[in-house]
Amino acid sequence: MPGSIKDRVAIVGMGCTRFGELWDKGPSDLIVDAVTEACADAGVEIKDIEAAWSGSIFSGHGGRSISEPLRMQYVPITHVVNACASGHDAVRNASYSVAAGIYDIVLAVGFEKLKDEGMSGLPAMDNRTHTHAVATMPGMFAMMATKYFHRYGLSPEEGKTMLAKISVKSHANGSLNPKAHLRNLLTIERVLNAPIIAWPLGLFDCCGVSDGGAAAIITRADKAKEFRKDPVYIKALQVCTSPTSGRITSDYDYTHVEEGYRAGVAAYKEAGITDPRREISMAEVHDCFSITEAVTMEDLQFSPRGKVKDDIDAGNFELSGDLPVQPDGGLKCFGHPIGASGIRMLYELYLQLQGRADKRQLKDPKLGLAHNMGHEPFAPTVSVCIVGL
Amino acid sequence: MIGITSYGAYIPWHRMDRQLYQKAWGGFAMPGERAVSYYDEDSVTMAVEAAMDCLRDVDPHRVDGLYFATTTSPYKEKQCSALMGMALDLRRDIRSADIASSLRGGTTAVSFAVDAIKAGKANSILVTAADTRMAAPSGMMEQALGDSAAALLLGNENVIAEIQESYSISDELAATWRSDTDTFVRSWEDRMVMDESYSKVMPEAINGLMSKCGLTPKDFTKVVFDPPGDVRRHGRVAGELGFEAAQLLDPASLFMSVGLLGCAMSLMMLISALEQAKRGDKILFAGYGNGADAFLLEVTDAIEKIGERRAFAKNLQSKHMIRSYNDYLRWRDIVPLETARRPDRGHISVAANWRERKTILGLWGIKCRRCGTPQYDSGAISTTPIRVCAVCQAQDDFDDYSFARKKATVFSYTQDMLSPAVDPPSSVVMIEFEGGGRSLFDLTDREPEDVKVGMEVEMTFRKVFADRGISNYFWKARPIRC
Repeated sequence: MPGSIKDRVAIVGMGCTRFGELWDKGPSDLIVDAVTEACADAGVEIKDIEAAWSGSIFSGHGGRSISEPLRMQYVPITHVVNACASGHDAVRNASYSVAAGIYDIVLAVGFEKLKDEGMSGLPAMDNRTHTHAVATMPGMFAMMATKYFHRYGLSPEEGKTMLAKISVKSHANGSLNPKAHLRNLLTIERVLNAPIIAWPLGLFDCCGVSDGGAAAIITRADKAKEFRKDPVYIKALQVCTSPTSGRITSDYDYTHVEEGYRAGVAAYKEAGITDPRREISMAEVHDCFSITEAVTMEDLQFSPRGKVKDDIDAGNFELSGDLPVQPDGGLKCFGHPIGASGIRMLYELYLQLQGRADKRQLKDPKLGLAHNMGHEPFAPTVSVCIVGL
Repeated sequence: MIGITSYGAYIPWHRMDRQLYQKAWGGFAMPGERAVSYYDEDSVTMAVEAAMDCLRDVDPHRVDGLYFATTTSPYKEKQCSALMGMALDLRRDIRSADIASSLRGGTTAVSFAVDAIKAGKANSILVTAADTRMAAPSGMMEQALGDSAAALLLGNENVIAEIQESYSISDELAATWRSDTDTFVRSWEDRMVMDESYSKVMPEAINGLMSKCGLTPKDFTKVVFDPPGDVRRHGRVAGELGFEAAQLLDPASLFMSVGLLGCAMSLMMLISALEQAKRGDKILFAGYGNGADAFLLEVTDAIEKIGERRAFAKNLQSKHMIRSYNDYLRWRDIVPLETARRPDRGHISVAANWRERKTILGLWGIKCRRCGTPQYDSGAISTTPIRVCAVCQAQDDFDDYSFARKKATVFSYTQDMLSPAVDPPSSVVMIEFEGGGRSLFDLTDREPEDVKVGMEVEMTFRKVFADRGISNYFWKARPIRC
């Protein structure tokens, strides 16, 4: 029987940079700005941090990636590379070290500097023999939309309209967030008329490619109130890594993400949640593309299989709905500096739980869920974190 | 009895109406259309296609040799036939050779194969000939040339056309040429070339053969020899030799539909003749280029038993007209173009590609002995070679399993506009192979709007890209050609 992280550690300080095309900021700026805000929020100094975990996939190489800019003095630092789940996995490892009783104050920081490439999209991710089919990440997720539409009998227009509503909702939320990359409002018509990136996904089905950093100070639950009156406790930290067989064998349907479902089930069990749709107050999920958010609603058991359209049409995931999703704008609008995204999600849940989310503030949230998904839908690594007061 | 035991051919799907040259450059358009190899095709990929057609229902392990004739090899140094042997699943203990730089290479390869079999050194040799010659933009030669490949299997069992005699002439003239640094074909004045070379050399070879065999022009059912740059000269020479028009395989129809095919021309004409041949037919076959090779063939009963081939007729019918001359310029890499604002591909590792040559060049996967699931992995982070079964996790308990000739069905697809493609969008499909196995592949030779879930596809050997002079070959899916 595996142990549980529930209520053993707490987040007592968080920081997050503005996300966006931050031409004048380097990785050092993103790290220092995020960590400085987190330390100030927790009321600690960098010299108080006993150990640290950093997460990024393109911008970091080893623990020195953060010790250098922060001039951290001879403490152990581990760099985590786990696709888009890198940020959550940094938090997971940092939390486990505290729960194990090794350290009292640790730092998890995620960052990514993507906009030094001179091009849209992500840097190269080629395989060793360069024989991969040449689809981009939008292409890999577009195939999930193709298959979802096909399986549930949605015409391209119906399917794309369903997805457009997701993006319209996230832009509405992002417009209320001063740290978000994309703050413009959208209409369904504009989403539908946008240029195609990878059929059937258009420009506004894709998240922002952004620079950014986010950080969390984590401590023992029994010491948390020494730092602040409203610490946020970790209820579940799960990672599910794909055996990468969905690309090879025929049992994967390409209309769900098995690892997302399993990470959700494990996290609900760890947190003692039996009815996620009612018990979870809000969710920040990995909406790299609109279709990913749609399928994730089903994977996390918020909507029945094949029925997410009903919840989307009813507005249930909007800020005013019964289960607000992406209250901060999500990857779609807050942006997606890969290593930072998982911790950015926790930052929003943390602010919401503490009542500090300003115009986006939800009424009395109790439990928040953050979900990250790395790699392609047929072979992902998915993390689910649940936090609450 | 020694002779041809099978034949196969490949004509690219894409054809270009010669009117497009006139639209681009003004001047004069030759009649008809020409075959244009796609951006992911070259002489090697086309020769593999022709060979696969030729080896349909033939056990590749019974082939003792592979000769590849071309004037457009991707390499000046490095054998292509050894690479093709991997794609075709030939044995290691074969004779493989590239016969390069001669427009007569196709018939030369045939004579080498026949001699080896006659000498008892081999029982079965596969001959392939392919060309993608280019002429400088805006000239007549650019309109005249075409891209294609032909394959003949020579052997001493199940012979469909016995090769009874041959005769060769060697002749020195720089009629057409490309130096080691030339991209485009150069040629001397055509009248001099035709008067002093073609019109003398071809009759010399054909008369030499007839006198060696004691035959006269009326003894032949079909007369197959390739034309010079000006196709009209072919008929004049044939008439002077004493052949009737009805005996001739007229190169004009090939010129009108595919173009002049370089060292694949004579073999393609022969394949076209064999498609219509009957037992007992006597065929005169000759190829020209710095001399000529002439052969006497007699068709046997076995011609009626040869299985279905795409060969010339079916490949010719299956076509797609390219929309503009600019496509041709882009696919053949003739003009510098703005590169996509996407990351560069990494360098090829010769070591990694060699290690996985069977998976990459041969499209070999595995079939698990425990659960029976066929599996192919094109390689992601660290999944090739397959050491652990994706279904039952059995380790190293597999049989080799070939996917190269398996048909498949599109399970899902996308048309990716962000991906850096030579002919966007990048059509990518996840396919399910008949008999099991699933994988992601690029889809080539397709109309994007025709791609659907459930569409049937087949595998085709293509060039993915080149890095530091190394051509990286792999397989793609394509809608079933015909």
